[in-house]
Amino acid sequence: MMRDQKLWTWHVVAGIVILFLLGLHMTIMHLDALTSIKTLNPAGGEPIDWENVVARGRMLVFPVTYVLLLGAALFHGLYGLRNILFELDPGPGLKKALSALLVVAGLGLFILGTWSALASFTLARSL
Amino acid sequence: MPKTQGFPNRLGVRGWVGGGRWGIERYLYTLHRITGLGLVVYFLLHIIVTSSRAFSEEAWGWAMGAVSGGFFRLGEYLVFAAFAFHAVNGIRLILVELGFGVGRPIEPVYPYRTSVDHQRWLAVGALAIAGVLAVLGALDILMMR
Repeated sequence: MMRDQKLWTWHVVAGIVILFLLGLHMTIMHLDALTSIKTLNPAGGEPIDWENVVARGRMLVFPVTYVLLLGAALFHGLYGLRNILFELDPGPGLKKALSALLVVAGLGLFILGTWSALASFTLARSL
Repeated sequence: MPKTQGFPNRLGVRGWVGGGRWGIERYLYTLHRITGLGLVVYFLLHIIVTSSRAFSEEAWGWAMGAVSGGFFRLGEYLVFAAFAFHAVNGIRLILVELGFGVGRPIEPVYPYRTSVDHQRWLAVGALAIAGVLAVLGALDILMMR
């Protein structure tokens, strides 16, 4: 299998992972008034209220799935962006520079997101 | 991404606008790209903004206060609707890529039939499901809070 075929296959696999995890995230965070899942928003009010953020933050499943979703979404999104940019036929040098930039940006955001998922888990457990 | 094999993308971004002879599926392709780009931009900012929860309640309150109000509420809905469309249309694309719903290969005998004749129901179904999800999102995000 060629390198781009592998990357495309991972793009599709990441899309399926995102479908489930982001679907769950959207249901908890944005369809809360319709679904009323009290276990995940025990303080009532908005899902972004600090008490609800801390309550979810104490559950190990959240940082674990956040990191998985983070990795899948960053790869899916940045590889999709790379494909769109490459379709515009940039020169070989620009292609390499764009790929390098997207890899660095993706890794940087993955490190930031992973750190914040773990740090907020530790913080929530200490409160 | 496959090599272009020497055929440059002459139309560039302008090629996204016109559906040509490809019909509704071509416009879904354009909408898939626009929603995808919008979701990427939002997601990169979302990672940075939500990282504030790792510091303190005050930092979280400040960050959420900075993205509150009617404008951001509408933005939240647009992100939800974009996700709904991108996800459902993505399932359609995977099904088509794997050969589901496009019909069996047939002899090219006049009057010619294309796989588009077979897969149109997938496009209509995807739009219908995305529409239902968008309405549910509008009820929750814009009307019930």
